[in-house]
Amino acid sequence: MARITAGVGTSHVPAIGAAIDLGKTQEPYWQPVLAGYDWSRNWIRDEKPDVVILVFNDHATAFDMKIIPTFAIGCAESFKPADEGWGPRPVPTVQGHPDLAWHIAQSCILDEFDMTIINEMDVDHGLTVPLSLLFGQPDAWPVKVIPLAVNVVTYPPPSGNRCWMLGEAIRRAVESFPGDLKVQIWGTGGMSHQLQGPRAGLINAAWDNRFLDMMSQDSQRLRAIPHIEYLRETGTEGIEMVMWLIMRGALGPDVRQLHRHYHVPASNTAVGHLVLEPVR
Amino acid sequence: MTADESREDIHAYLAAFDDIPGTTVFTVARARQGYWINQFAMSLIKPENRARWKADEAAYLDEWPLTADHKAAIQARDYNRLINMGGNIYFLAKIISTDGQNFLHAVSTMTGMSVETYQTMMLAGGRSPDGVRSIKEGT
Ligand SMILES: [Fe+2]
Repeated sequence: MARITAGVGTSHVPAIGAAIDLGKTQEPYWQPVLAGYDWSRNWIRDEKPDVVILVFNDHATAFDMKIIPTFAIGCAESFKPADEGWGPRPVPTVQGHPDLAWHIAQSCILDEFDMTIINEMDVDHGLTVPLSLLFGQPDAWPVKVIPLAVNVVTYPPPSGNRCWMLGEAIRRAVESFPGDLKVQIWGTGGMSHQLQGPRAGLINAAWDNRFLDMMSQDSQRLRAIPHIEYLRETGTEGIEMVMWLIMRGALGPDVRQLHRHYHVPASNTAVGHLVLEPVR
Repeated sequence: MTADESREDIHAYLAAFDDIPGTTVFTVARARQGYWINQFAMSLIKPENRARWKADEAAYLDEWPLTADHKAAIQARDYNRLINMGGNIYFLAKIISTDGQNFLHAVSTMTGMSVETYQTMMLAGGRSPDGVRSIKEGT
C-alpha cells in the first residue's frame, strides 16, 4: 500500500527562486534564508520519496478570474514551469503521477470533497520554489509531483478546519492506493506577509512561531484559527498558511518535528520551514 | 465541533474585514468590481501581449472594457488606487514584472515610505502588528 511518510511546510517566496536561479544564494542577504534548508536537503536525499503531493496556490498564473477552483488537483503527466511575467524559471518540467492523482481525486470526491480536476496547468513559483529549496538545481526533479492548488486569493478561501479535513481524506486516499509508494505531502506559502496597502510589510514573528509550535503540539487549536485572525495577525497574504493544515491533517493525530527554520525577511515575507513525521 | 457551531455568519465575516487598518481584503465584491483590471493585468503573462503593451500602453488599454479612471490609475502605477478599485496584487504583479520593477520596490510605493525606509524596516524584522490589528480596538 502507498503511505504518507512525512510532511514538509515551507514558504514559497518568488524572490528566493530568483536568488537560486541567479546564483545569489551565498550573498549575505540570502545565505541565512537558504542555510535553514541544508538539513532538509540531506534528509530528503536519504528519504527518497516516490511522490510529493505539493499543496500550493496559483498566483494568477494558471487561473485568471474566469475560473476560481477552491481545491484543484493536477492529474496531468507533466506540468511546465510558468511564465509569470518575466519568462519561465529555468527549472525542470515537473513530472506528475497521474495514476495516484486520479485515484486521490476519485477517492476524495467519494469522501465528499468536491475536487476540481486539472489536466493541463503551468505551475508557478508557489510550486517550483519549494522544489528548488528541497532539491537544489538538478537536471530533473528526483520525485513525481501531484500539484494541489488551493484558492487563497479570492475570499473566502477554505477554512483551516476544512483544509485539515481534506488532508485526512487525502491520507485515506493514499492508503487505499495499490502499489508500494513512499508519499510525502508538502504545505507551502506564508508565513506572515502583506503585499498591499499602507500596512504592507507586516511581519509577526511571535505569531508565526506559535503557529510552528502548534503544528506538532496543539494541532486541534490550530485547525480552529479563523480567517480574520490570519488577516489581522499575519497580513493579507499570511492566509496562505491554511495550506499547511492540509499537510498537517494528512499526517494523522500525532507528529514529531524533525527540523524547523524561521527567518525574516525574504523580500516582503517571513520564511518558515518544518519537517514533520507522523507518529503511529 | 458540529457543522452548526462552526458555520460562520457571512455578514459578520465580511464586516470584520473593514476593521483592519491599511488593508483591503479581496472579497467577491471586489473581485467583481475589479474584474477587467485583473483580466487586463493577467494578459501581460503572454510575451506577445507584453510587447504590444510596451509599444503603446494607451492603445493596449483601449482594447479592454476599462473606465477612464481605471486606465489613469494603471498608467500612473497607482497600486493603492487600483486595489481600492478591485485590483488584486497577484494580478497587478504582472504589470510590475513587465515594467522590470523590483517587487519589494512596487510594494513599498503603497506604504507612503521611501523604498530605502521600507527596506530598512524589512531588514529590521518588518512592520510590527502592534496598533494595526484593529481600527475599533486600536490594537
Ligand atoms: Fe504565495
